[in-house]
Amino acid sequence: MHILLRGRDIANIKELATYDKHDGFVGLKNALAMTPAEVIDVVKTSGLRGRGGAGFPTGVKWSFIPQHEPVKYVTVNADESETGTFKDREIMEENPYQLIEGSLICAYAIQAKAVYIYLRGEFWDIGDQLDACIEALREKNMVGENILGSGYDCEVYTHLGAGAYICGEESALLNSLEGYLGQPRVRPPFPAQKGGGLYKEATVVNNVETLANVPYIMREGAEAFKAIGTEQSAGPKVYCVSGHVKRPGNYELPMGATFRELLYDHAGGPLHQDRSFKAMLPSGGSGPIVPLTDEVLDTPMSYEHTAEIGTIIGSASIIIMDESVDITWVASKVTKFFAHESCGKCTPCREGTYWLDKVIDRILDGRGTAEDVKRIADVAENMAGTTLCALGDFAANPIIHTIRHFPDDFAQHVQA
Amino acid sequence: MAIIGNPKYEERINHHLAKYETKRSAVMPLLFIAQEEYGWVNPAGVEEVAQILNLDPTQVKSIAGFYTMYSEKPKGKYWLHVCTDLPCALKGADEFYAWLKEELGVAEGGTSDDGMFTVEHVMCLAACDKAPMLQCNFRYVENLDQDKMRELLAKWRQEAAEPVSAGV
Repeated sequence: MHILLRGRDIANIKELATYDKHDGFVGLKNALAMTPAEVIDVVKTSGLRGRGGAGFPTGVKWSFIPQHEPVKYVTVNADESETGTFKDREIMEENPYQLIEGSLICAYAIQAKAVYIYLRGEFWDIGDQLDACIEALREKNMVGENILGSGYDCEVYTHLGAGAYICGEESALLNSLEGYLGQPRVRPPFPAQKGGGLYKEATVVNNVETLANVPYIMREGAEAFKAIGTEQSAGPKVYCVSGHVKRPGNYELPMGATFRELLYDHAGGPLHQDRSFKAMLPSGGSGPIVPLTDEVLDTPMSYEHTAEIGTIIGSASIIIMDESVDITWVASKVTKFFAHESCGKCTPCREGTYWLDKVIDRILDGRGTAEDVKRIADVAENMAGTTLCALGDFAANPIIHTIRHFPDDFAQHVQA
Repeated sequence: MAIIGNPKYEERINHHLAKYETKRSAVMPLLFIAQEEYGWVNPAGVEEVAQILNLDPTQVKSIAGFYTMYSEKPKGKYWLHVCTDLPCALKGADEFYAWLKEELGVAEGGTSDDGMFTVEHVMCLAACDKAPMLQCNFRYVENLDQDKMRELLAKWRQEAAEPVSAGV
């Protein structure tokens, strides 16, 4: 049975009556019977960490919101734009009420006045569906004034982006929601602080999958959630598998399952029987690439274990490449993504991604030199850590780690 | 027509103005409405959005220019966004996109001679397990191959011959 992808177990759980019948809103009702501080404690104890990529402890994030501030917000990051990520889409398409329930529990815990769900613009249909869900909940007194007689008021709205990866970065998302260019802000103040959030009010920004875990935690308890996964990585995770496997798709497994289990038992192993796996990007374009060795395959998919093999689990957008793939071409593809998506605010990222793209094209064309390979590694190393948001670091990763792990793939293109 | 004073949009515009703390926050949804009315984000649409929100047209124009889903030039009736990002490319999306451009006789970002199709490649659309894929007027079309695409192009051409809404 799934905790997040419940649409696969229960037909029509996207309908309110069906969701309601299958323990829907038990978590919200339990939360409303507690004090906000107690709810935060339960989520803290559960060990839930942010599923958008950073893995920050969710309850701790909520506890940063100053209680005495009169106006606070929850913003749901539904911008899902990382290369290879398609989990939030399935959660929202097939199990939308669970996201809204989780958002309302978060809103109650920090006493927010409203929830804004920021969807990437291409999720137009999902936005329409969520709007209909919100109206259905309003009729049942679960959105709006005096929710379920608790005395707590909260509005829920959707907002559509318009095609910009950078708006998945929380401070750029807030700027975009306020009608400004989707560019990151200087921090501090952080979104959780007065002055740093939406309309300068303290704001929690959480990923869709993160919040979709919360109803389960409030229904079954922190201990039940902690019993799933590993010590430092609690709960279930949706892994998005794409590329050269037989059965690409979303798979919900406990955190700590191994890559081998995911890629062979669930995704069916290599797409082409006669080709072996070569490399894996376990966190989309933004995380370090790793060769798909036996050691990597036997690594548990958790925050702590992936760090030991020099990469991250991040959002778990797992892109698989077989032996037919030239990793220089992969570096080029990922670099083109970041060159296109750089918002232009910070010079190292704007100029760095542009020139990385040009020089890799030259290398792929056979006009590059060994010096060019050193040059792009140098440019990438000088971008990392020099920008307002993580996009600059993400863009450096594909260069630094592809050259580190697959030097021969670059050497074959260049003159000595 | 216009979007200001147009009964088709009045309720939606008011909904967006009511849901945010500031008028300025409604700039993105209103630009989508302008694009729906005019087929692209034209100067008249920018002026109207600016007027509704008490902004300078330049501020509105800068928002339209920042995001890829607003078109600042006229486009075809069907706007095809083909994903050629890494996961899709591993499943043949580059070849599919090259074929589609040739089939329609257009270059990147171009519109077919009959004004029917504008074709662009885009970054990841969150459908990596269903490649090759595209969005047509921002609706998902997945698990494509050349045969399936030929059928769809014929279907859309036929639909366009009938009087239907142009959609978004």
